Amino acid sequence: MSIPRNWRTRQQRYSLKAEVCNTCGNTIFPPRDVCPHCAEQKQSWTNLSGRGEVYSYTTMYNAPSGFEEYTPYTMALVKLSEGPMLTAQLTDVDGNGVAIGMPVEMVTRKLTQDGDEGQILYGYKFRPLLRQAV
Amino acid sequence: MRDVVIIGIGQTPVGEHWDKSLRHLGHDAVMAAMADAGIETAGALYVGNMLSGQLTGQEHLGALIADFVGLRGIEALKIEAACGSGAAALRVGVMAVASGMHDVVLACGVEKMTDTIGGVTTAALATAADQEYEVSQGISFAGLNALLMRRYMHEFGMKHEAFAGFTVNAHRNGAHNPYAMFQSPVSEAAYLKAGMIADPINLLDSSPVCDGAACVVLAPADRFRDRARARVLASAVATDCLAMHDRRDPLALDAVALSSQRAYAQARVTPADIHLFEVHDAFSIMSALSLEAAGFAPRGAGVRLAMDGEIAIGGRIPISTMGGLKARGHPVGATGVYQVVELVQQLTGQAGANQVGGAALGMAQNIGGSGATVITHILSAI
Amino acid sequence: MLKPDRDVGIVGYGAYVPRYRLPASEVTRIWNDGAGGAPVKEKAVAGLDEDTVTMSIEAARNALDRARIDPQEIRAVWVGSESHPYAVKPTSTIVAEAIGATPNVQAADLEFACKAGSEAIVAGIGIVGSGMGRYVLAIGMDTAQGRPGDALEYTAASGGAAFLVGPAEESVAVYEATLSHVTDTPDFWRRAYVHYPSHGHRFTGEPAYFEHITRAARQLMAELGAQPADYTYAVFHQPNTKFPQRVGQMLGFTSDQIEAGLLAPVIGNTYAGSSLIGLTAILDEAQPGDRIFMVSFGSGAGSDAFSLRVTDRLIERRARAPLTRDYIARRVEIDYATYARYRHKLQMK
Repeated sequence: MSIPRNWRTRQQRYSLKAEVCNTCGNTIFPPRDVCPHCAEQKQSWTNLSGRGEVYSYTTMYNAPSGFEEYTPYTMALVKLSEGPMLTAQLTDVDGNGVAIGMPVEMVTRKLTQDGDEGQILYGYKFRPLLRQAV
Repeated sequence: MRDVVIIGIGQTPVGEHWDKSLRHLGHDAVMAAMADAGIETAGALYVGNMLSGQLTGQEHLGALIADFVGLRGIEALKIEAACGSGAAALRVGVMAVASGMHDVVLACGVEKMTDTIGGVTTAALATAADQEYEVSQGISFAGLNALLMRRYMHEFGMKHEAFAGFTVNAHRNGAHNPYAMFQSPVSEAAYLKAGMIADPINLLDSSPVCDGAACVVLAPADRFRDRARARVLASAVATDCLAMHDRRDPLALDAVALSSQRAYAQARVTPADIHLFEVHDAFSIMSALSLEAAGFAPRGAGVRLAMDGEIAIGGRIPISTMGGLKARGHPVGATGVYQVVELVQQLTGQAGANQVGGAALGMAQNIGGSGATVITHILSAI
Repeated sequence: MLKPDRDVGIVGYGAYVPRYRLPASEVTRIWNDGAGGAPVKEKAVAGLDEDTVTMSIEAARNALDRARIDPQEIRAVWVGSESHPYAVKPTSTIVAEAIGATPNVQAADLEFACKAGSEAIVAGIGIVGSGMGRYVLAIGMDTAQGRPGDALEYTAASGGAAFLVGPAEESVAVYEATLSHVTDTPDFWRRAYVHYPSHGHRFTGEPAYFEHITRAARQLMAELGAQPADYTYAVFHQPNTKFPQRVGQMLGFTSDQIEAGLLAPVIGNTYAGSSLIGLTAILDEAQPGDRIFMVSFGSGAGSDAFSLRVTDRLIERRARAPLTRDYIARRVEIDYATYARYRHKLQMK
């Protein structure tokens, strides 16, 4: 991902900075200009808990460019407790024990890097709840 | 609005065309369609293509291919709607003819996917998804479909083998299509053993990376009655959000439902009237979800049609009758035009061993992305 | 002895240890026919998507969860490490952004081998103690690398801890004083553009580790008028199992006093995080009124000694985030091949 593109969305990527619609009250992630629920334009910033559950998941054996060194890795649709769903990697799972409905929490991890000389991209991933993993 | 008919079709074999570049593939399909229609020129050329800029560094395909087929000077544009680009070009052609803006229009779909290697092609295909919030996380197109398939299996209590019927059917039909990439049948046992791409999607759930081009010639019914091969009864587009995670319900393809309903209304038909359905079977899960959203099966029951043999030629709703995306191949931006070329073959009794008996009404549905752009065409025999 | 004008303490603390463990027996198996002893039982290894930035962010979030302060009130984020992912481009700005501490904040990366983390704490005590800022986030974190087959490969580990330094009246433990002992002693180094560090073998012991720790420790206790027996806990930089045990003995501490903070046997040497994560393990079990003695050591060389007194705020706050032992317990054993992959020892191009 290009440097400016990553930079301008860094707070969403590092810490799930989200919006609440001032009209319908729904939580919106990623932030948008128009609420996808009620089509109104006014929103306020909010911080998400980072908690959610696995809606679906897959183990990636063929990775797109930039992710080859991480195969096999697990991708998921995560339903956040505040409502929005997002697409993210599951980490600290090694492909084992993942199940639909599994509670997960957000962590900030390395996503990829632009070769050996380019920038390192960090972003959200999800893992099984640490205290349940113990 | 004028009624629109198809007066000619052309297609190249789908496969790995190491010896042909994008412009030659486009040329072959356009020239074949023009010869089939018996025309020397056209008012406009619309080229459906998704990946040329990324995989061959070539955009501006309208002028490129118009010049290459000897039509320098005509109106020519590239039309893009991800994997739905082919049907989108057709849709623009239908609008041009129906409106009276043009009489004879060429709608071509062309894709060249084999000039690059794996990860690059995978990443290019993924541009149909949301780059900033799906692709940036490491998901591929197969991965997105795997997320759908896993959820489907979970919600409806299905095992992976339940989907085998889609692959077996597509390859059985592809075996009799000389233009198909894969011309040999695949057994259920082979399906179950295929290598994993994105669990639970394996190689035989997935359509192949390939090259190809197809073209149809559109004209107004009233002036080309004698040459008409099939009538375009409906042409409808619907959209949904790009990112799968933003869908109202990821397993309900809302844009498929909307696009289908619009097409049924235009053609004044119901799903029960459709004799064959060229479905967008880029992945077997998409066949199941499309059959459901288009009204051929209730939610969660699309797979049953495959298990019960209802999608075979001679079944209740034959799909992928010439091999579909799975076996004919999925040269992404060309696929929507191939589907309609195949409908014309079926509606004119030229489908050979794959002929659907009494085929008079056929539907083709081309999907961009994981369901964000859905373009439906319904054709009738003359 | 360094003592600020205003009393300063730890408002929140957080540990981080990645989940993978490389048993020392795996290193022995590959490099020594499985024969011979090892300096630790096993070491913690970061996963493919972890580095000093990501581990610092998690430790910092744990510290914030315990402190429950507004991150906008943090006036400095300092990350001490010898494995910053970028040679030029701060780890600390990424951490500050991720925890919501930007933009009115000092941010810098510190390097002093294994004492870069405690260096950040001393600097934090200065900012808070002078009244320049209310809170400082000081982190010691590393994904340490040892040359394959070298003695350091048994121990060079990943992990560390974060401390929110703030006013004593909000603290779970208060700094009574700190004292540093620094000389130019070349026991261990890594030159620019070189992947693995070099070291002076036995020279790293007496003139380096033992000399600096004992001098800093004795001088601080002397100036405070304290004795080893006054402390419930003591923690020293732990490059292996034996060194902290022996330096504790030399100073007159018992094995009971150092046991809670001695993590090297099960996680290895987390370099800039080593003494700091020993302290978080102690805070996980200490009681109000307990005194804690901590001495870091960084090659090159120097030691920072600290004397802390636990307050009654600790009990409630430590339950607000995962304990150090929680991280240690989520253990996934890997073999040398997986370790080689995770620590980028495979030639990929």
